[in-house]
Amino acid sequence: MNFLLGITPSPVLSALLWIVLVVTALYFARPTVHQFILAAGEALHKMFRTGSLSVAHAERALAERNRQVLLAAGREAKERIVEREFDRINETVRKDLSSFSALHRSLSESINRIEKDHSQAVEVPPDPPGWVKAVSAVAELDSKDNRLGVGSVLADIHKSLIKAHKEAMAAYHEASGKRHALLRKMRPDWRQIQQTLGKVGKNVDSLLGRSVTIDRHMQEYEDIVKDEDRAVSILSSSSLVYFFVSALVMAVAIGGATINFSLIARPMAEMVGGTSLAGGFRTADIAALVIIMVEISMGLFLMESLRITRLFPVIGALPDKMRVRMIWITFTILFLLASVEAGLAFMREVLLQDELATSALLRGDIDIAANGEYMWITTAAQMGMGFILPFALTFVAIPLETFVHSLRTVVGLLAIGVLRSVSLLLRLLGKGFRNLGKLLTHIYDLPLFIPLWWAARDHNNENSDLTEARL
Amino acid sequence: MKSLALVLFGVLLASCSPPQSTNTGVYMLVDTSGTYRDEIQKAQQIIRYTLSRLDATDTFAVARVDTGSFSEKDIVAKMTFDDRPSTVNRQKRLFAEQVETFVNEAQSSAYTDITGGLLQAVEYLNEKHPGEKTVLIFSDLKEDLQDGYIRDIDFDLDGFDIIALNVTKLRSDNVDPREYLTRLEQWQTKVEKSGGKWRVINDLDGLEGLL
Repeated sequence: MNFLLGITPSPVLSALLWIVLVVTALYFARPTVHQFILAAGEALHKMFRTGSLSVAHAERALAERNRQVLLAAGREAKERIVEREFDRINETVRKDLSSFSALHRSLSESINRIEKDHSQAVEVPPDPPGWVKAVSAVAELDSKDNRLGVGSVLADIHKSLIKAHKEAMAAYHEASGKRHALLRKMRPDWRQIQQTLGKVGKNVDSLLGRSVTIDRHMQEYEDIVKDEDRAVSILSSSSLVYFFVSALVMAVAIGGATINFSLIARPMAEMVGGTSLAGGFRTADIAALVIIMVEISMGLFLMESLRITRLFPVIGALPDKMRVRMIWITFTILFLLASVEAGLAFMREVLLQDELATSALLRGDIDIAANGEYMWITTAAQMGMGFILPFALTFVAIPLETFVHSLRTVVGLLAIGVLRSVSLLLRLLGKGFRNLGKLLTHIYDLPLFIPLWWAARDHNNENSDLTEARL
Repeated sequence: MKSLALVLFGVLLASCSPPQSTNTGVYMLVDTSGTYRDEIQKAQQIIRYTLSRLDATDTFAVARVDTGSFSEKDIVAKMTFDDRPSTVNRQKRLFAEQVETFVNEAQSSAYTDITGGLLQAVEYLNEKHPGEKTVLIFSDLKEDLQDGYIRDIDFDLDGFDIIALNVTKLRSDNVDPREYLTRLEQWQTKVEKSGGKWRVINDLDGLEGLL
């Protein structure tokens, strides 16, 4: 510094001299430096822009792939739903139409019976009263022949008539009674016909309802096949919902597995030792974890064999006989493991009691050791949990399948978001460097304001001289 | 591919390597000489507390300090606990019973050979190879050797924790406390010089830091 300020006797003069020299040098180097800064800014801008375009291209490719994955998954899901709906319709039709001939026969029989009864129940008109003719004949005879003793004849006729009337009335009552009985017999047939027709109507309504559902699903399926944006949007939002719901259920299942683990880890020490380590972990803990993992695996296979989930296509494609065998094998293993867990849970309680008794003995509290009147409740609860939890964990397969399927979409969406952000960032950086180049040229010019002003002034004077000369 | 296989093999070997022992070995010397015999109930409390703190594969032995303590015959009870929790509980109960019998039947001895007992403890624990080795000395630390007994021997107490418990003051200590302090200092020097760690716990209500 002293050297710099010592080139003249006066430091101020030296400083001024240096300033003049530096400014002059900077002024003469100005066009080159400007060109360099702007070129560097432009090069960086192009580099980042190319990067941004590349990332944007990757994002578009990923979005397209994600879209295709989503559509394929949606198509598959819709196919499954429609297939299931058709299965149900098939089942309904098979069940109801197979009994349609019996139903028809039942209806025909009922109708025949009703017809027969109805024809028998037709009201027979009572015989016309014969005594009117007889009385008039007698009356005519009496008046024509002037015979005596007509009265007794009439009395006899009267008597006969009363008797005949009584008999006719009795016959009429009997016939009416029979008709009413026949009509009564018809009532259950009417009811049966009504019920049968009601059942048929219900089935037809159910079929109609299912056909409406199938129509709706088919419409959605068509949208998916046509690659429509609306279908993609619906599938995407559904996928996100499925992801979060399945993640929640999985978290609950993990909680269950943790409880299961704590139930069997302690008594496992009785089998494999309490202190031996494998890979830095207690062997008893590893054994308990293995049991739980085997249970979950068996549950997965069981669900696959039952065709509830479709994580392993190989199992789904097995022949039915083999599949049923697999169902029984996995269920048996699961049952045995659940029984083992129940036993271990019991052992856990026994060990706990033993430990408490020993601790009480070492503390000198003999009475506490004997206090276990209601312990059977916790023992039973633990055994129950040990037996039920493996079966409950079986159902993890369902949310797991949904989680795995929706995870593809969610990861794809996240990756798209990241790529989009990176692309935007690169574009901003590119623009920033270009503008930074311009800014740096202006900053470079700041200390050169005097020569620049001078040059501008000269330039203006030259321009005005030229203008005057032209005029 | 070759290097990957090598790494995998290395990881496999590392996971299969014999683990370092993490168990504990405790040897307790119980002074039965003279009037200190009256303190034996407190020793029983400490033994029970120690039993409650020990776990599977740990080793515990209780030995009396009498005229000549460098002997296996002076070991009252000894146990290396099993790996299975149920067996450990049974062993602890059996140990407690043996100690109970000793406490009821222990006789007062004429001399006090603490150094011999310590030698026996070191030998016993070294033989068992526990991860942590602790010797508890339940005594007033006043050594009184019978004529002819030589105990001027160098120890190797590297890796040992020596804890003196219930170091009571003698009548002479009350007259001249320097005797008590000197006694403690001598033992501390002796232990630390041999590579061991020395601690004194006189408050038996605060046994939490014992093991």
